[in-house]
This record gives sequence, C-alpha cells and structure tokens, in this order.
Amino acid sequence: MKRNISIFNVTSVVFGLAFLYLPITILVVYSFNASRLVTVWSGWSLAWYRELFSDEAMIAAAWTSLRIAALSATAATVLGTLAAIALTRFGRFRGRVAFSGMIYAPLVMPEVITGLSLLLLFVALNVDRGFWTVVLAHTTLTMCFVTVIVQSRLVDFDRSVEEAAMDLGCPPFKTFVIVTLPLILPAIAAGWMLAFSLSLDDLVIASFTSGPGATTLPMRIYSEVRLGVKPEVNAVCTIMIAVVALGTVTASLMAKRGARRREPAALAAQV
Amino acid sequence: MVAPPPTAAGRGWLTTKVGEMDKPAALLRIENVSKQFGPLTAVDSLSLEIGHGEFFALLGPSGCGKTTLLRMLAGFETPSSGRILLDGEDIVAVPPHRRPINMMFQNYALFPHLTVEGNVAFGLRQERLSRAEIATRVEEMLALVRLKGFNRRRIDHLSGGQRQRVALARSLVKRPRVLLLDEPLAALDKKLRAETQFELMELQRKLGTTFVIVTHDQEEAMIVADRIAVMDRGRLRQVAPPNDIYERPNSRWVAEFIGEVSLIEGALRAGGILDSVFGPLRVPPNQTARGKVWLALRPEKLRLSTTRPEGDLNALSGTVSEIGYRGGVSIYKVRLADQSLIKVALSNSGPSSRLEVSIGATIWVSWPKENGVVLTQ
Ligand SMILES: Nc1ncnc2c1ncn2[C@@H]1O[C@H](COP(=O)(O)OP(=O)(O)OP(=O)(O)O)[C@@H](O)[C@H]1O
Ligand SMILES: [Mg+2]
Repeated sequence: MKRNISIFNVTSVVFGLAFLYLPITILVVYSFNASRLVTVWSGWSLAWYRELFSDEAMIAAAWTSLRIAALSATAATVLGTLAAIALTRFGRFRGRVAFSGMIYAPLVMPEVITGLSLLLLFVALNVDRGFWTVVLAHTTLTMCFVTVIVQSRLVDFDRSVEEAAMDLGCPPFKTFVIVTLPLILPAIAAGWMLAFSLSLDDLVIASFTSGPGATTLPMRIYSEVRLGVKPEVNAVCTIMIAVVALGTVTASLMAKRGARRREPAALAAQV
Repeated sequence: MVAPPPTAAGRGWLTTKVGEMDKPAALLRIENVSKQFGPLTAVDSLSLEIGHGEFFALLGPSGCGKTTLLRMLAGFETPSSGRILLDGEDIVAVPPHRRPINMMFQNYALFPHLTVEGNVAFGLRQERLSRAEIATRVEEMLALVRLKGFNRRRIDHLSGGQRQRVALARSLVKRPRVLLLDEPLAALDKKLRAETQFELMELQRKLGTTFVIVTHDQEEAMIVADRIAVMDRGRLRQVAPPNDIYERPNSRWVAEFIGEVSLIEGALRAGGILDSVFGPLRVPPNQTARGKVWLALRPEKLRLSTTRPEGDLNALSGTVSEIGYRGGVSIYKVRLADQSLIKVALSNSGPSSRLEVSIGATIWVSWPKENGVVLTQ
C-alpha cells in the first residue's frame, strides 16, 4: 500500500517536472543544433550563438531591454521600499487600507489591462511612446513585488535593535540609515533582482507602451517567431533563461542570507 | 557649614544646597509618574528616588510595569503624567539619544551586522571621539567584561553568555550616569547567572555607576541590590534594603512575594499578645497596631521538636504532612489543629541535625517571639 503511494508520488513528480521543464530543455538543446531546421538534430554547434551576436537588431533590442530593466528595477526598488516603510512604520494613518490595496492591485491585475490603461494614459497626456514610457510602465508593474518582499522583512524586524542605537546616542534618521537599512538590505536587493527579471521578461506591457525605436528583446523575439522559428531565437532564449535563473537564484540566496542574519536576534528573543 | 564660594551664582543656589545638606540629593527622581496604554494603567502615579552610585532593583510579578517604568527612564515611552528628574532637571522631553542614561535590553538587541568591537564602539562613534580614544576605551571595556581578543568576532558566533557581556560592555562604554538593565540575566542558565550576578556587583562597585536592574527573580534582586522596590500592578508596595524587605515586610503581599512565609491571623491586644485560633501567641514587643493582624513566620525561623519545647517559646502542635529534602535544607509541612499547613525549614548542617520523624507523626513547631513579624495589611 505504502509502496503504491510512493510509486504514484514519483510518477507525478516526474511528469510534473517533465511538463514544466521538457519544453525548456528542448529549446536549450536545440540552440546548440548544427542544422538550420529546427526539428532535425545534426550534431552540436555554436553556430547560432555566433549568428546571434552578429545580428545587430537583436543585440540592440537586448541592450534596450537591459537598460529598461535596470532603470525600472531601481526606480521600483526605491518606491517599493518607501511604500513598505510607510505601511509598516507609520501605524494606522488615514487611508492606510486604501494605500495598501492600491499598492497590491498590480499583483493581481491582468497585464493586458495594466498595459492598455497605461497606453490610454500616455495617449491622453500626449506623451511620445518609447524607451521612457516602458521604463515607467515596468516600474508600475514591479514596484508592488518589491513592496511585498521588503514589507515582509520589516514586519518581523526586531525594533529593539533600533532602540538600542538611539539609546547609544544615534538620532532616529541616522539610525534608519546605519542600522535598519543594512539589516533589510538583502530583502531590498532581492526585490531589485525580482523587478529586474520581471521587466526583462515582459512582453505584454512593453508592447502596449513602447514606440518606434524602443524594441525590447521579448518584442523582437516575438516578431521573429511570427515569421517562423529560427535556431537563433533558441540561442537568445537560452541566454535569457540563464540570466533570469541567475537573478532568481541570487535573489533567493540573498533573502536566505538575510534570514540567517536575523537569527541571533530571533534566538535571543525566544528565551 | 561650608562657606559660600565668592563666585556663587546666587542665593537660590546656596539655599537649595544648604537645605539638602542633611540628605544627599537623589540622582534620579520619579515624581507621580503614570503611564496609560489605552484603558490599561501600566504604571500608576509612582514616586521613587534613586541615589548616586546605588544598585537599585525593581522587582515584581510579570506584567506589573517594570519594563514600562524602565522604558520611561530611557525615553522610549513618555509618561502620561508626572515628572522624571535627573540631577534636578526634568528629562521627560529629552529624546533617548540625548539622555546620559543607557540601557541593556532584555534580548540584548545587539547589532547583528557589526562585530563585537563594532557593537561596543557604536555609542562612542556617535560622540565623535577620536579613533585612538575609541580604540582604547573599547579595549578597556572588553577587558572589564572578560572579552579580550573577541574584537573581530561576529555576533552570531558568540554564546549566550558572551552576547550578554557584549551588551553590557556596549551600554557601559559611554559611561552613563545611570545604567538600566532589563532582566539582564534571564537568558542565562542557573550557574552562569549566579556567577554573573557577582560580576555585575563587582563591576558596579568598580565603576560607581548607578544601576537600575529589573528582575522578577527575588533571589537575584536580594543578592545584587542595595535597595529593592517591590512593584505590583503599577504601584510600589515597598522600597527598602533587601534585609528589611525580607525581615520586615510591610504587608502580607510583600511577605508572600519575597520568599516563603506562613501567616497566622489573629487580634492583637495589649502586652504583646496575639489571640489566634491556637490560643494566645507572643509577638515582638512595642506593637502599636490593634485589632486584626497577621503574624508572618519564615520557614527557617521555626524549630521542630518531638516533645513540647521548654522555655519562653511559642509552640504549636501538629502532624507531619510532607517532608521535602532539598540538599542544604529539608522542608517540613506540618498540619496544625485548624487544618492549615505551616512550613518549617531545617538546615542539614550535620547528620545529627536530621530529625527522625515520619509522615503522620505528632510534632511541635516553636519559635521565640522575636522571630515573628506582625503585619497589619
Ligand atoms: N506598548 C504597549 N501597548 C499596550 N500595552 C502595553 C505596552 N507595553 C506594555 N503594555 C502593558 O503594560 C503592562 C506592563 O507591562 P511591562 O512590560 O511593563 O511589564 P513587566 O513588569 O516588564 O513584565 P515582565 O516581567 O513580564 O517583563 C502589561 O499589562 C502590558 O501588557
Ligand atoms: Mg519586562
């Protein structure tokens, strides 16, 4: 009986993982295919990577995407951290519920709606769509994720450490800068990584809010694929997977490191 | 009388100084301080004076407002009413970072992102002292708390006892006028706690700093403190040296809170006689109270014997109901005529001092009249 269950478990895990990762594995493997035909395997080769790096349009799109991701992630981190501080530190100020609701709304909002409404806003304001509108749109999209991460860190932050700093002669604002910030920095960095990955990956909102001359990498890939899948696209996707995976792993490692640092205080609080 | 200095600032200064000659002015004065948390009164119009260089203990059951009082002294809570004076100046409006008072937190609250040295130097850095001066004072302090050579150690690589000493060093290095300690030893195991109590006393004597320690361990308070304030529900029950608190409690509540005690109710009449259910009992002379009182008897001040004792003693007969062996002492619970239990502690100083009785045996509890304390409330 027990054995049956464990066989069932193993099977479901294998199928689940295959379902999730088989397509990605195929994509990665075929990016090293020597053949021009996407479906025919004819040996290992780095030809498509070479081709990719000589495709200037693709490189330009990648560069645009990286710049947008870095800028929007930074802006989202600043705003998201401030929002998290307001939500955890300023008690029950007027409009707190509305404020937190508005911050978290983009988490569950369908991207099409966010994209469309931003498009309408930019049209109404008569803003030229391009690089900066995508940065703005991505900041809106990713800020709430930063807030969630930083807020969860601030909620279980041991306030007595801040009180100790003030007790030792450190004024409140300086305390925030030299005690609180270093302690929540891992969470802030994790938020930045997540925002960066989300921005790099986004197609829908970028398509709505971008304009001529500001084609992001996902937009570029999508337009290429519409004319048929080229092995070159497999190569660029493999690189993107690597970058995003690296970002996500770093973010979670940093969050873990933050948690470990918290331990001594948490331990002392228990006894 | 001291002659007034020629440059004395004025008459006011002179008169206050002379007026307070007989009694040295307190370092810390708490005047009618209350603290309300919504409907709850955590500290209830409490007044207290703490002297220069005193080791003062706040003792009381959980939730009686000890931490709240300490936090008001440190500046983290503002009193709902009342004044707190340090050297005669009201400090209620002074923010924590400007008070010459430091606190050692219950959970230590060390900075996890700094080393031992970084933690201890933190307060000195805020004073913008020179690097050299900071370094020497940190070294001095680490030596004092026996943490020499731990400078670069990370906080999470320290044992509980070492963390406790880092916290102590960090709060003392600024040479505060008053050091507040909120249950500084609560997280240590029994043996380490006992050692650290004596270290704290030694440190306090060496530095001459005023220490205010919060504890709910009465033994700890009696060991370390010069004076103890017993708190209950935001109010002070008694403020006195440990010996007085134990030997002359001012109420049944204090007597029962500090150590163990048996109480016998009765009415006091002239001639130092208490009329109780056991008949007349003699009490210490010079009682002013009349009417209903309680006679408090500490277990170690009572004697046991198998026959009625001779001489001028109060004696009650009963049956042995329980015997507890505690190593140094044995505790006997004796059931008296009115079915109440009285506790007697006998010291096991030698094999001959063991009383050969078994449970159920008839026994006499006796004491000289000076060993009882009459309580009126
Ligand atoms: N910030 C606060 N808000 C509301 N109530 C509080 C606050 N701080 C303390 N209290 C209440 O005030 C009372 C006294 O608390 P306090 O922490 O001073 O007790 P304590 O004597 O230090 O107890 P313990 O020995 O358990 O530490 C308690 O009933 C507590 O619940
Ligand atoms: Mg407390």
